[in-house]
Amino acid sequence: MSKQSILTALRRGLKRGPLPADQAAMLHGRLSQHPPHLIPARSRLPHPEQVDLFVQNVEKEFGSVTRVEDMDAVPGAVADYLAAQNLPSAFIMAPHPELQAIPWSARPLLDIREGRAQASDAVSVQHGFAGIAETGTLMLPSAPERPVTLNLLADTEVVVLRPSAIVGAYEEAWDKLRTEVGAMPRNVMLITGPSRSADIEQTLELGAHGPRRLHIVLVEG
Amino acid sequence: MHIATSPAFKENAHAALANAGLQKALARSGPSFIARRASAVANLPEFEQLRDTARDIKNHALANLDFYLEAYEAKVLETGGKVHWCADAEEAREAVLAICQAAGARTVTKGKSMIGEEIAINDHLEKHGITPVETDLGEYIIQLRHELPSHIIAPAFHLNMEDWEEAFRKAHTDLPVDRQFNERRDVLIEARNKLRSKFLAADVGITGANFLVAETGSSIIVTNEGNGDLTQTLPRVHIVLASIEKCVPTLEDATSLLRVLARSATGQDFSVYTTFSTGARRPGDLDGPEEYHVILIDNGRSAMMGTEFQEMLRCIRCAACMNHCPVYGAVGGHAYGWVYPGPMGSVLTPGLIGVEKAGHLPNASTFCGKCESVCPVRIPLPKLMRHWREREFERHLTPATVRANLALWGFFARRPSLYRLATRAAVFGMGLLGRKKGRFKSMPGASGWTEGRDLPAPEGDTFFSRYAKAQRAGQVS
Repeated sequence: MSKQSILTALRRGLKRGPLPADQAAMLHGRLSQHPPHLIPARSRLPHPEQVDLFVQNVEKEFGSVTRVEDMDAVPGAVADYLAAQNLPSAFIMAPHPELQAIPWSARPLLDIREGRAQASDAVSVQHGFAGIAETGTLMLPSAPERPVTLNLLADTEVVVLRPSAIVGAYEEAWDKLRTEVGAMPRNVMLITGPSRSADIEQTLELGAHGPRRLHIVLVEG
Repeated sequence: MHIATSPAFKENAHAALANAGLQKALARSGPSFIARRASAVANLPEFEQLRDTARDIKNHALANLDFYLEAYEAKVLETGGKVHWCADAEEAREAVLAICQAAGARTVTKGKSMIGEEIAINDHLEKHGITPVETDLGEYIIQLRHELPSHIIAPAFHLNMEDWEEAFRKAHTDLPVDRQFNERRDVLIEARNKLRSKFLAADVGITGANFLVAETGSSIIVTNEGNGDLTQTLPRVHIVLASIEKCVPTLEDATSLLRVLARSATGQDFSVYTTFSTGARRPGDLDGPEEYHVILIDNGRSAMMGTEFQEMLRCIRCAACMNHCPVYGAVGGHAYGWVYPGPMGSVLTPGLIGVEKAGHLPNASTFCGKCESVCPVRIPLPKLMRHWREREFERHLTPATVRANLALWGFFARRPSLYRLATRAAVFGMGLLGRKKGRFKSMPGASGWTEGRDLPAPEGDTFFSRYAKAQRAGQVS
């Protein structure tokens, strides 16, 4: 392996040997404290306005949002959205306790499977970990109860998110992740709107390889 | 390896100017990139300060790169991944091949990766019976057409709708021949359907990395299509190709860089998918790769450390420099003859394949400075191009006629009175010759100029004598 020769070449260019212990300790400190840099002022708002900014940015990026009173209203909101889009009422759902606790039986026509997504799944329902107001971005860390394939394989992804999980800037979402999850999950997706491509004549088309529709159900209470 | 045609830049550029399809594509797409970036920047008042931040973060990371790479490796190992350190393209190709062979791979899906192009990984895999499938829409058609990308974030920048239809009809012979390509959407849907089965069948997925994060051992990819995510999620093995300068310290550092990346690149506030991958599938996970390998590639980067080109290692590959470059806008990316086009390519390519092959590139600049003015990490690209010109001259690689003319100019420039005499004679002579029409349709030794436009004939006197006259008249001090 060329590890040593690469490190030696770098140090030769930097005109020094391995970092002295005190400097290395300083850099270890920087890694563990991970200081933030300049954070744009746009998301520094009272929380209700952060939620509004999040919604506004999701819609700007071609996503859609429904706001409902409580978890009991989620089955109706999902069923109505699917009907309005002319989509089948079957979906794959993340095996997350908060989603499992929703009274889905209120809408008996919904055909729900739990687990990871397969290529044949047209619609997925995912659990939202955080929303970032700055750019209308969802943070979806992988976990047994939040499979990654739900974000990718279905043509339509519905994300259930609590407004209390909405923060201003990316940095606040990282802090939330460090506090609530701890170590870095295997996969963390920051998703801003539905899949798209501008590779054909530099003109935007939605629905490249990932979901063509991204719908967020914001659940108060 | 890709055979570099950079030594033939002049011929390439002439051919590009005469290529009607390319000129149509350039005229359509160039201005839209510029407008979108401008609007994204206008919507973020802190953008200029964020560029300083981005520059400082990269400078800090580079000044301590040995430390951060080792910290990064330790984290990757801790999270169940492996790091393969590779000094050059050949080592990197062999490392990728060995992993694919150990996995018994027959097909490999690929996310977009410029370092993948640089080490020509596709050719190597094919030679050993493994089929690589590019999944980024732009890269997919480039692969079908056996071309190099012509742009680092928009590989099919040079193509038009008719090219897409032609390539798809030729490649997808199992589909009805009477199908219609009326809209771009028809192309997109056909590619999506074709590639979906490839994603599901692949044994290994290879992606690049926009950044590596030492704090967590994560690799980051930034895409809009979601192809990179399918590539790194569905197969049993995920291989990350990354050059060593991609490593930054923390998630906060990466975040600050991401704030300027998409805005500079496509003019989006943030790309659709910004994904952080860390190690292999965890206990209880229902999806994700079982093996996670990082191919950490030097291939000429460490040799730039400590030289005047170290600043180039800050580059985050946003393509703003080429989007704003009048030379790129006139000839497109293929004329540059290798993997990296535009101003960043004109600095990087001589460093990677040698100034003797790529010496034309740093000369193909108007030095308008637009590239530096939009660079999110403030790389002084014109200055670095000038350094290459100096090196080229010092190594006597400049053509004899250019050297002779420079020597002639130098002779007069060092003798001001002779210089003034000679310019006065030239101005007088040219003024006399061009007196009738006021311009020249052709001029020996200046065909590059007069082929495209007329050269105005000098009127009146030289600048020096007019300045002296004005001074005497008290108009200037």
